[in-house]
Amino acid sequence: MKCGFCNKVFFPPRFSCPVCRRKGTLEPYKLNGRGKIVTFAITHVAPNGFEDQVPYAIAIIELEEGPRLTAQVTDCDPNQVKIGDEVEMIFRRIGQEGSDGPIYYGYKARLISPYTLRANVK
Amino acid sequence: MRKVAIIGVSCTKFGELWDISFRQMIVEAGARAIEDAGIDGKQIDAMYVGNMSAGQFISQEHISSLIADHAGLVPIPCTRVEAACASGGLALRQGVIAVASGIHDIVVVGGIEKMTDIMTEQTTEALATAADQEWEAFVGATFPGLYAMMARRHMYEYGTTEEQMAMAAVKNHHNACFNPCAQYQMEITVDDVLKSAPVDSPLKLLDCSPITDGAACLILAPAEKAKQYTDTPILVAGTGQASDTLCLHDRSTLTGLRGTVDASRIAYKMAGVGPRDIGFAEVHDCFTIAEIMAIEDLGFCNKGEGGKATEEGETAIGGRIPINTSGGLKGKGHPVGATGIAQAVELVLQLRGEAGKRQVGGTEIGLCHNVGGSGGTVVVHVLKRGD
Repeated sequence: MKCGFCNKVFFPPRFSCPVCRRKGTLEPYKLNGRGKIVTFAITHVAPNGFEDQVPYAIAIIELEEGPRLTAQVTDCDPNQVKIGDEVEMIFRRIGQEGSDGPIYYGYKARLISPYTLRANVK
Repeated sequence: MRKVAIIGVSCTKFGELWDISFRQMIVEAGARAIEDAGIDGKQIDAMYVGNMSAGQFISQEHISSLIADHAGLVPIPCTRVEAACASGGLALRQGVIAVASGIHDIVVVGGIEKMTDIMTEQTTEALATAADQEWEAFVGATFPGLYAMMARRHMYEYGTTEEQMAMAAVKNHHNACFNPCAQYQMEITVDDVLKSAPVDSPLKLLDCSPITDGAACLILAPAEKAKQYTDTPILVAGTGQASDTLCLHDRSTLTGLRGTVDASRIAYKMAGVGPRDIGFAEVHDCFTIAEIMAIEDLGFCNKGEGGKATEEGETAIGGRIPINTSGGLKGKGHPVGATGIAQAVELVLQLRGEAGKRQVGGTEIGLCHNVGGSGGTVVVHVLKRGD
């Protein structure tokens, strides 16, 4: 969302601009999905529903437009991840509600780098 | 607004208390505090109790009524306060405000958490509700993961090392050996910490505070009446509280807690003191990195130098600014809702000269620092000898 008054961009969407309170209305705004890793951790002890994914890297990513978000870094060896790495946000399966419940989706991050692309081609 | 004093304290043993229930713990803590204060139950005007998650841990809500009932204090007003891991500190603040305002005289402030009646996986999930469910937990971020991300950034920006973080855990275990209420009474080494199982890298098992049952209690009274009850009233010289964004990624900094800076500034101002005047402190070491960031944010050392200060022994008993003489959350245990109260109990025992082998010498002012979640709530109190 982007605030029509102060032009600040927010992700995830907010319902009230924390900068100018009610002076601006928040309008939908499309982000380009590219960002950089600001920090990350490698999760070894999985939360419920993520047991089959450990170890994985969980990161705080700063998008090009400014907002930051938290996401898994996928499609890579978590030990390859570094602060400053460029990533793109992609649509992925996040989990499932129980063994026969609905599958839910969301976003994860994938490293953008010629090295990663070469390594993934087997 | 009148000044407030603490006239009685108590703390149960902290640990995996399989055969002691929630109700037993709070009654034990309350009874011993009342005895310590030398008052009669009939003199109590109100209660505030900090508890994060009785609903998730023992499927019991409405604990304000349960506690008033089992403590034999019906019909006095009892209020349950919740701010994740800052529930205890926040309950203390609410009690202080009530007495300061004049609306109540003698107020009981307690904190309690019974965490071990469910499986560890469920406990971890309950604790993770302190994070943002839609934008942190949903995508796979764990509570230790959030602090691990702060640790990694702190290491990146300031060169803090895993060894320095480990030293905080070693110190706190050492201190806990002198605290009969502490969950752990065993020394550990830096090597033990570094070799312990990775949880969320760079944090390992021994960088993390444990799952604990326990309760603690304080009795508050107006300072002007405190001497009627005790020769060693301890004044609540300052109280401060701040909120911050729920999500770690929305914070203004990833290497410290702005909530700590904001809350402590308010508490310092109210008490008329600065960081240099504080003789010792109980800080919120839910993870080792949290202690390192706390001593920076509270002003006890420069930003980025928390690791070095710990390494050089400045925060040991006998050091420049003893931190977590009780053993901290790491050594003493972390029954979530009780922690904020237990921190104040330690300050009172130290200021009264009753801390035994972990006594800090020659100090009249202490500080306690209690954090909710990854920093969304911070409560700070400054306590001073009242005589």
